[in-house]
Amino acid sequence: MEPQPVALKVLNTLSILFFLGALGMVFLYAPLEVTMNYVQKIFYFHTANAWVGMLGFLAAAVAGFIYLVDHDLKWDIIEVAAIEISLVFFLIAILSGSIWARPSWGTYWTWEPRLTTAAILEMVYIACLLLRQGIDDPDRRARFSAVYTLIGSISVPITFLSIRLFRTIHPVLIGSGSASAQGSFDMTPKMLVTLFFTLGTFSVIFVTLFWHRIRLGQLSQLVDQRKLEE
Amino acid sequence: MLDYAISIRYMFAGYAVILVVLAAYIGSLFIRWVNLKRDLQALEEPDKYELPRKLSA
Repeated sequence: MEPQPVALKVLNTLSILFFLGALGMVFLYAPLEVTMNYVQKIFYFHTANAWVGMLGFLAAAVAGFIYLVDHDLKWDIIEVAAIEISLVFFLIAILSGSIWARPSWGTYWTWEPRLTTAAILEMVYIACLLLRQGIDDPDRRARFSAVYTLIGSISVPITFLSIRLFRTIHPVLIGSGSASAQGSFDMTPKMLVTLFFTLGTFSVIFVTLFWHRIRLGQLSQLVDQRKLEE
Repeated sequence: MLDYAISIRYMFAGYAVILVVLAAYIGSLFIRWVNLKRDLQALEEPDKYELPRKLSA
């Protein structure tokens, strides 16, 4: 296995620097929101994690589609990498959202449309990784996973649009949401700058971890090949 | 308006969860990488790993 390419080392450094920069902007630059004050600061990282989580699930669907077209197992490695990382980021979004919800809504969890669709989305992809374990043949496993991911990706736009389509208490940041939303706030220009910086930061972190996870998948494939040659 | 003390407590809890989950995942990536490297080395240089096994037997 080749050592880390220079571009990946640059991404490692950029991820750390951007992450520290994002923390600095959230705590030192972004103003305090009047009603929720400090706890509102969770929303910058919460939104960014949800964003990269959904992005990764869509990337997995694209990789699955390409696998079905050209049957190259490298696309299976890319697909699994995207799913795994997205599960982690989406889990962070769900957990941080629950902690924000406790003082804002008075409960950690409620079965309203956004939270329900987000939980379903997370479980759909956890099930994908679990079901893959039951298939030994790599080609069958990859084909199953590609089809599953393509069908599962339908839940991504449903989750994203749920706060715009259904009556929900989840606030909408950009655009108009449900009248019953609780915890909504108007963003000042400084808040917007911080939000976009955090979104950019987590996009860089996503790309970095995605690349590392793909390399891990390639190494695992190499080990499996060597075992078969033994 | 939320009480400042309560609000700060939830804010720290939120960021602690974010950092812990992210760090745990990065740690798992590192551990899996190290283990796979060791497996690969053992498969490519079996002699090096056979000797200690024979000695312990």
